[in-house]
Amino acid sequence: MTDTTAKTVEKPEKSIEELQHIATQVRRDIVRMVHAVNSGHPGGSLGCTDLLVALYFKVMKHTPEPFDMDGKDQDLFFLSNGHISAALYSVLARSGYFPISELATFRKLDSRLQGHPTTHEGLPGIRIASGSLGQGLSVACGAAQAKKLNGDKQRVFVLMGDGELEEGQNWEAAMYAAHHKIDNLIGIVDRNGQQIDGPTEVVGGLGDLRAKFEAFGWHVVEGDGNHYDALLMALENAVAAAGKARPVMFIMDTKMGFGVDFMMDGHKWHGVAPNDAQLATALDELKTGTEGDY
Amino acid sequence: MKDFPFTESKDTRSGFGAGLAELGKTNPNVVALCADLTGSLKMDAFKKEFPDRFFQVGIAEANMMGVAAGLTIGGKIPFTGTFANFSTGRVYDQIRQSIAYSGKNVKICASHAGLTLGEDGATHQILEDLGMMKMLPGMTVINPCDYNQTKAATLAIADYEGPVYLRFGRPVVPNFTPADQKFEIGKAWLMNEGTDVSIFATGHLVWKAVLAGKLLAEKGINAEIINIHTIKPLDAEAILASARKTRCVVTAEEHQMNGGLGDSIAQLLACEEPLPLEMVAVHDSFGESGTPDQLMEKYGLMEADIVRGVEAVMKRKK
Repeated sequence: MTDTTAKTVEKPEKSIEELQHIATQVRRDIVRMVHAVNSGHPGGSLGCTDLLVALYFKVMKHTPEPFDMDGKDQDLFFLSNGHISAALYSVLARSGYFPISELATFRKLDSRLQGHPTTHEGLPGIRIASGSLGQGLSVACGAAQAKKLNGDKQRVFVLMGDGELEEGQNWEAAMYAAHHKIDNLIGIVDRNGQQIDGPTEVVGGLGDLRAKFEAFGWHVVEGDGNHYDALLMALENAVAAAGKARPVMFIMDTKMGFGVDFMMDGHKWHGVAPNDAQLATALDELKTGTEGDY
Repeated sequence: MKDFPFTESKDTRSGFGAGLAELGKTNPNVVALCADLTGSLKMDAFKKEFPDRFFQVGIAEANMMGVAAGLTIGGKIPFTGTFANFSTGRVYDQIRQSIAYSGKNVKICASHAGLTLGEDGATHQILEDLGMMKMLPGMTVINPCDYNQTKAATLAIADYEGPVYLRFGRPVVPNFTPADQKFEIGKAWLMNEGTDVSIFATGHLVWKAVLAGKLLAEKGINAEIINIHTIKPLDAEAILASARKTRCVVTAEEHQMNGGLGDSIAQLLACEEPLPLEMVAVHDSFGESGTPDQLMEKYGLMEADIVRGVEAVMKRKK
């Protein structure tokens, strides 16, 4: 596949089959990217692929090119769990923010595709650095309030890992968002139940996240994040719940490593790259996507 | 020694409050956030006149820094307000990642810096903030000396694109700089020309340097006094020109010796023009409860301490 730089906003009504096709290509990108540099975080990246593809190829209104930092009259997306950068980079490239060939520079010297996303190297599509966990929800609150001040009717989405909810800043932001009625904000928790040291309920004890966010004054939606019929319905419900004087949280059930059988179930593949044989197995399982490998 | 007459004494934080209120009128993109210290930061006027552009964050400084970073996405110019301690040490990683590394146009406005916070004691008297902030790549660090200069700095940083740390304080001090001054970020201000020693002072210590200059004049010592309101970027040209002329240097600040203005000037001199240097600063110590004057005296930040520094450094002069 040669470089393609998208020129315009892409807003076709994608079918579930088309989304699945793109997601498969993104998963191929992810495993190839982390394999190439023998580092990165395939587990969470694979688990959130379906969501990111749904957001960028169906749900969000956005303009990949020219990239505008302020994103006026666009939906904005923030990645708080910056370690799943491989998934975001692939989705951004494939929706036209930068050349697909640039995915080959992931985590390499002088690349715009840093290990964790940053604005510092000027990569289109990235509006905040993330990686040190627990900061994205606050940033999303501010961006949503700027939209309100600007009379901008579009929304702000922010994805967080479930493990990172152990960071206290999230709960400061959760209280703030409800108190200030930031209802153009849709949070998404990747509830895969895994973190580096093991299951979230063993390591941190997150407990009943629905009850917690509801107690903080949020409207909560729950749903499956790896199957498009359920995922699209949950996102539709989340968007429909926006604009009603309360922030919205979508607690999204996913499987870490989804799409690659040997990477699923457990936290083993949180931050480990596949070797040559494992890559071959993974690619064998992931049928070629619509656009081809970078 | 030049005279610096003044007709009133005011707190620098009120200069910030006045500047912010003026920005409310002149710059519609300016927004303000405060972590439950609106009165202490003198942000009431802005809050009252521009309620839609004022965000009460509550006692949640980490969130405040993130929200401020987010508000820049959409063209806002956020000014955050809380004590210097809670503006820096408490939220260092939020500033580092979401503001400095992300290159966001946030103005971190920090009151009650240093010992002159007084009776609340060491938990609130941060003396490390300049060091933490100046280490961040791309961060501009400003510590004005009086009400007028703080107001002028507040206005100036709104027109500058990039993250800024603006440090000011609680006590009432002489307001001796011109009300109509134009504040130039990164530009040292030569207050008194001299030939025997260069005194580089910042913040509340600038007035102490003026008082020291008078005492030194009585002893026949002609001190050059330079107001370094911007610690980063440092006006290396002005500092080196003065030091090369007088051949010895004293620095003065309400901050730890480690990481402060003296530390920056020591680096500059060591690399460019090694000359005798004395630093008037806090020596690797926390503060304590007391009145501002008692504390400044106990920790060696008075005019007499600057005079002692000058006498010591002049003995080392070759």
